[in-house]
Amino acid sequence: MASKVIQALYNDDDVLMHAVKKVRAAHHHIEEVYTPFPVHGLDKAMGLEHTRIAITSFMYGCLGLTVAIVMMNYIMIDDWPQDIGGKPSFSYMENMPAFVPIMFEMTVFFAAHLMVITFYLRSRMWPFKKAENPDKRTTDDHFLMEIGVHDNEKELADLLWETGAVEINVTEKES
Amino acid sequence: MYTFSNRLKIGSFIAMGLGLICLAIGFVSAPATVEEAKAMVAASHDDGHGGGHAEEAGHEEGGQEAHGATAHDEGHDASHDEHLLHQLQNRPWAALYVAAFFFFMIALGVLAFYAVQRAAQAGWSPLLFRVMEGITAYIVPGGIIVFVILVLSVMHMNHMFVWMDAETVAHDKLLQGKAGYLNPTFFLVRAAIFLGGWIFYREYSRKLSLAQDQSDDNSNFVKNFRWSAAFLVFYLITESMMSWDWIMSLDPHWFSTLFGWYVFASMFVSGITVIAMIAIYLKSKGYLEDVNDSHIHDLAKFMFGISIFWTYLWFAQFMLIWYANIPEEVTYFVARLQDYKLPFFTMFAMNFIFPLLLLMNSDYKRVNWFVVMTGIVLLLGHYLDVFNMVMPATVGDQWYFGIPEIGGILFFGGLFVYWVFNTLTKAPLQPKRNPFIEESRQFHY
Repeated sequence: MASKVIQALYNDDDVLMHAVKKVRAAHHHIEEVYTPFPVHGLDKAMGLEHTRIAITSFMYGCLGLTVAIVMMNYIMIDDWPQDIGGKPSFSYMENMPAFVPIMFEMTVFFAAHLMVITFYLRSRMWPFKKAENPDKRTTDDHFLMEIGVHDNEKELADLLWETGAVEINVTEKES
Repeated sequence: MYTFSNRLKIGSFIAMGLGLICLAIGFVSAPATVEEAKAMVAASHDDGHGGGHAEEAGHEEGGQEAHGATAHDEGHDASHDEHLLHQLQNRPWAALYVAAFFFFMIALGVLAFYAVQRAAQAGWSPLLFRVMEGITAYIVPGGIIVFVILVLSVMHMNHMFVWMDAETVAHDKLLQGKAGYLNPTFFLVRAAIFLGGWIFYREYSRKLSLAQDQSDDNSNFVKNFRWSAAFLVFYLITESMMSWDWIMSLDPHWFSTLFGWYVFASMFVSGITVIAMIAIYLKSKGYLEDVNDSHIHDLAKFMFGISIFWTYLWFAQFMLIWYANIPEEVTYFVARLQDYKLPFFTMFAMNFIFPLLLLMNSDYKRVNWFVVMTGIVLLLGHYLDVFNMVMPATVGDQWYFGIPEIGGILFFGGLFVYWVFNTLTKAPLQPKRNPFIEESRQFHY
């Protein structure tokens, strides 16, 4: 990551989309884009990879299902197979319909919660985390594109002004 | 405009012809007398077919020893034999009825989906309206055939509906109690009202849909929207009652409150599957240029979601009855689990596990041949579902998947394909003046 970055501000998501495409066409590496709301198609324009979070969720769901089955089998069938209201506790399959609500809920519980936690970890979000916000206006009505500068400040600035930027700043990147 | 391909037309005629022959064989080979019926069962025993019957025979012998009174046993045996005869006589009828209802139910499910799309003013689906209208055209011949089968049942041509037999009702307190609802005249009047309402909406909505193409304002579209909303109210009530009348009353001692929704879920998912399959077929022939993978993706999502909805209702019905185990309710599933183990669990795998795993991936839902393959399994699964609802009540443990069943599928499948594709040739496949048509053309997921 370059220590010096150029930040271009836009005030329209359509202009931003075109700017992203232009900058990519000029073979500059876009380090980050800050937007106040999801811009449909921005990830595609930036060439970001697809998320794999749905795949993790599926695996967490399988884990939840396994936990439910092992737990109910141990408690209700292996450990103390009591006769409770005439339900057949001889084998797991015989009494399975009674366990399905638990199996279902555990699958959903694991799939949902572990996926959310995965999301927090991967996107580095937690309480008391210092906000990484280069410009306060990007949370309201401005869009910001950040590109690393490698001794080509003038050329980059010209390109960005051309794409319809309303303001351009060059700053030292912290950290 | 679509032109009916000759190969498909000839194929559907061949299927109808073969189906008719198979059905005729089924009706001819059904026994006419008690002796024939007994001989048939004995023959199938020799085949090593009815493993479960050995138990039954043992039970009868035990009964004889215990009772001792020969007069009683003779009476019991005679009624048992007659029961067997009725079951065997029912078999071709039940095969006919299952197939007739299955294909009719697809058209009805598509009609419900179509009305939902119109009432919800969905932006993605107008491109597929003509395909849906083509499928719902089958409601007219299909509905009439089902109605004729019901009339023949009322005329005692078969023994499918026990409560239609006045003598049985005379000896059955429970059926007498239900006679206010379950009596032949009221039954047929209700069936006529259901079918009349559905056919009326289908024909009128189609008329408005075609008129919209020619008109220069949106009044036909608005009218269609209102009629669709009204139809959905009518449909939800009549569909529920239809399922009590045409399916649940086959087991007139049994009742279930969510049965109507269960049958609805089955027809809804089969209908959506058929829309997807026919749309993919027409697209592959180059007739639906503007239909893209996103439309197929949406249909596949519906297939996936409604499959799970169907399973939810299936399990909710099964689990509540299994858990409480009240004898008067549980007989329904005892009969199915004892004599129909294979179709019962196969159906569950085909209608739930298969689409759950195959249609979960977003990319797979855009692969057309994948959707078609899953669709075929889903349709077979829902045929089995109707089979499981009808057969245990009509033929009991004498079921077998053979010539009459295959004949039923072939005949009604052929008729369905012929009627649907013939209707598709009657109007352009893309609506011209639908207010949402441009959105639908641009639809992208």
